[in-house]
Amino acid sequence: MFPLGIEHYLIGGILVGVGVSLIYILTGFHATQSSFFTTTLSWFSKRKHFQKERNLQERSWRLHLAIGLVIGALLHTLTLSPTGFWTTSVQLWRLALGGMLVGFGTRLSEGCTSGHGISGLASLSTTSLSAVIVFMGVAIVTANIVQLIGVSP
Amino acid sequence: MKKQNLIVLVGGVLFGFGLAHSGMTKQEIVLSFLQIKDLGLIFVMGGAALVTFFAINVVPRFIKKPPFGSQFKPRKAAMSRNVIIGATIFGVGWGISGQCPGSAVASLGTGNLPILVGLASIFIGAYIRGLLDKE
Repeated sequence: MFPLGIEHYLIGGILVGVGVSLIYILTGFHATQSSFFTTTLSWFSKRKHFQKERNLQERSWRLHLAIGLVIGALLHTLTLSPTGFWTTSVQLWRLALGGMLVGFGTRLSEGCTSGHGISGLASLSTTSLSAVIVFMGVAIVTANIVQLIGVSP
Repeated sequence: MKKQNLIVLVGGVLFGFGLAHSGMTKQEIVLSFLQIKDLGLIFVMGGAALVTFFAINVVPRFIKKPPFGSQFKPRKAAMSRNVIIGATIFGVGWGISGQCPGSAVASLGTGNLPILVGLASIFIGAYIRGLLDKE
């Protein structure tokens, strides 16, 4: 069940929660992730979907959030990380195909693992709970099918 | 820099550090959760949601409004068909690649250059969502 132990998972999760909470308590913003992709596209596309007032208001802080994420992971890699810099062995076709479905699906669902999974659940939203159950269930089935047809990791 | 952006940047650093510490920036570890080999991801999402629960539900009882914002408003999305269809499609993509939006962004900070392909693809997917939006 937990071949690597649970401590680092729990500490990491709590740190994520502290970051999200700090932002919420001081600004009222929900530091969720998938919206970053839509609000950032508002700089490049004139389509109404991207030019919504809310996207224009949020795009600057959401870009700062994304930059913060990269800096935070970089700081960890340079300090506490046991492995240091690292490269995935997941094939590029999986990153590309999976990424497109992740981008499309999270924006259609208006939430991802952080929007529905952290902020939504913490808000006791039944909509988010349903979304989490669906995406987690579907992902577990998908990952096992991918493994069964002999694709690894 | 605007104060709000600075706060978000600092919170984002904690968020990214936590994602990296928990291994969520490694697609292999996320996949090992989805393949039911290591259930640690539950503690990451659960730990983060529990801390955030207090920020959203308890803190506003003591301070009326965020010092650098306008209001406290829990994240309650309305249920719709799109929420469920989108979650299904997201689940397929997550299961294929082990990437979700936040972990993919943070993964860049671990030097994982192939994730640039994933990030570009997430942008493409989000763009296609915009093209199909009839509004």
